Amino acid sequence: MQKVTKSACESCEHHNTLGLKKLGINIENNDYVVALAGNPNTGKSTVFNALTGLKQHTGNWPGKTVTRAEGGYSYSDKKYKLVDLPGTYSLLSTSQDEEVARNFILFGKPDVTLIVVDASRLERNLNLVLQILEITNKAVLCLNLMDEAKRMDIEIDERTLARDLGIPVVPTSARSKEGIPELIKTIHQVATGELKCKPHRIKNIPKHINNAVEKLSSEIEKEYPTIPNSRWIALRLLDGDERIIEAVKTGEFITE
Amino acid sequence: MKTNKILNISNDLRWQIGEGFHDKLTEGIYSDAAQIAQNSVHKKGQQKRFRFDRNLDKIVTSKIWGFPIMIFILSFVLWLTIIGANYPSGLLSELLLQNIYPWLKSLAESIGFPWWLSGFLLDGVYLALAWVVAVMLPPMAIFFPLFTLLEDFGYLPRVAFNLDHLFKKSGAHGKQALTMSMGFGCNAAGVIATRIIDSPRERLIAIITNNFSLCNGRWPTQILIASIFIGTLVPASFAGALSAFSVISIALLGIFFTFLVSLILSKTLLKGEVSSFTLELPPYRPPRFWKTIYTSLIDRTLIVLWRACVFAAPAGAVIWLISNLTIGDATVANWLIVHLDGFGFILGLNGVILLAYIVAIPANEIVIPTILMLTVMSASIAGVGAGNGVMFEIESATATGEILKAGGWTLLTAVNLMLFSLLHNPCSTTIYTIYKETKSVKWTVVASVLPLILGFIVCFIVAQVWRIVI
Repeated sequence: MQKVTKSACESCEHHNTLGLKKLGINIENNDYVVALAGNPNTGKSTVFNALTGLKQHTGNWPGKTVTRAEGGYSYSDKKYKLVDLPGTYSLLSTSQDEEVARNFILFGKPDVTLIVVDASRLERNLNLVLQILEITNKAVLCLNLMDEAKRMDIEIDERTLARDLGIPVVPTSARSKEGIPELIKTIHQVATGELKCKPHRIKNIPKHINNAVEKLSSEIEKEYPTIPNSRWIALRLLDGDERIIEAVKTGEFITE
Repeated sequence: MKTNKILNISNDLRWQIGEGFHDKLTEGIYSDAAQIAQNSVHKKGQQKRFRFDRNLDKIVTSKIWGFPIMIFILSFVLWLTIIGANYPSGLLSELLLQNIYPWLKSLAESIGFPWWLSGFLLDGVYLALAWVVAVMLPPMAIFFPLFTLLEDFGYLPRVAFNLDHLFKKSGAHGKQALTMSMGFGCNAAGVIATRIIDSPRERLIAIITNNFSLCNGRWPTQILIASIFIGTLVPASFAGALSAFSVISIALLGIFFTFLVSLILSKTLLKGEVSSFTLELPPYRPPRFWKTIYTSLIDRTLIVLWRACVFAAPAGAVIWLISNLTIGDATVANWLIVHLDGFGFILGLNGVILLAYIVAIPANEIVIPTILMLTVMSASIAGVGAGNGVMFEIESATATGEILKAGGWTLLTAVNLMLFSLLHNPCSTTIYTIYKETKSVKWTVVASVLPLILGFIVCFIVAQVWRIVI
């Protein structure tokens, strides 16, 4: 009899049999909900497919996903539901696909928001990242399309980026499944609270505006102590966003 | 109420801040983003890749070359489809119609099926299915992967860029170019894709005109009729090119109608300003060939084929039934065809085609098989077919042509069928999708009836001019 030894791969925590189980559309009884957000055409659907094993068609044009797609996977005995949101450039405007994304992050209360960005166009993508970080405390940045960035001779210092943004950063090339195991682990750590995020807040705003935002947000917190995103709601109220005013009237954003 | 308190405070603060909150906030976000990016991004040397993308974009979106390149690429894809589909199509119909069908027939006989059951199941349902598979599968299996490769490469947004100013001139939204491109795959998908358009007015225009993009179900009809009637007008070596050219012309005519109807709608029923938007041209990405082939086969080809089969089976049954049930001394089908023939003649079509389009409302995919079945039945062509409502055995496109010619078809019938296939009501799935998206009976009716009326008008004019001139 030959002695069966486990290969290095098999005993690794990232290995499929121990770690990731792609659940496809089987998303009942999930423990955590993960929202997948990002600019159009950054490969969200590719990341979604890599995690869930589903074969949602991906395409190289902005606006491919206009509705929410849902799928699941399990890792370390926890079941995750993944929601693929339509790509948006910003959360400040009002087209239907952008509203789908914004309302889900704001009202759907995902446990983790996975923000997918194009590493070769980081600066432009950061605009959305900063807006999302105003809404949620639990986020992971997926620095996707690293292969493309490398071809363009762009180097990104992930540690500095993670420190500046206050959330974990995972470089990936979802097309060739590079970095996906690390991504799954990081999502797990943030979901379980093992990793704590201290998200960046928008700094470069004039003082009198900032004071107003702080005053209003502390007022909101006083009335609703459990609310996680009072600052964002304050920002939107001051901007006169009808949808948010409506939500404040109906109390939609309050947990329980 | 505590919520009112919050809203009151917010209102007070808004007065204090005054104008420009939104702009200041946006500026703040941008400068934060710039700072963070500066801290962590290092660019080495020249961006060769970007230069390549930009140079390619200069050519494919140039004012002079943009359109010719677009038309050339589309023609090339169609030409490959037409040339490539013929052979496997012949093989499939030989297998399904000449080998399996007689075997099933004799099997049914030996088990002792009554004539009506074997007629209903084999002559109706099975033959319709076999036909759909033989006629539809090969062109789809070639066309869709090619189209998907183009899509993955990043060509679609460039098409949108080229067409943008034309849409703007028609009073529509530039993103309609993208939803129109989606419509070339499937109109129902195109209608759903209009969600990327913000303004309800422009979205409605995009929904109503989406039907003018030739869809999955109609490409094979166009390709088949073009190869039979138009390709054969010239020597064999040019046949493929001419067929491709005529199909392209129909597709371009569809785009022309998209603009025309958009313009008319935006001047009449749907008046309003054109909104502007930013279109990002994504980087060109080398498509992963085999994966694309695989997913487009699974996602598109098989799903469309499945849909065609689901609709073809009952349609086959209906055709068999109407050709075997009788009113007085004629079958239902004959009665309908005779009564529709007059109207058909005025349109340069015939009763068979009109009846086929009524039977095929659920799916455009089954128009051609239905037409063939009804033609054989109504013309009672000797030598083919085994009885009423039974589809026959033919090996090639030429043989199909012989049948149709025997059924009284001319070049005019073929041309007008191609036109009518472009301009008629959307399939039932698309109509339902339009209703779900607009939630309005009125606009659903407009979107369904408008193309049909246009089709009648265009076919009528072509038929009259044709008969006077030729």
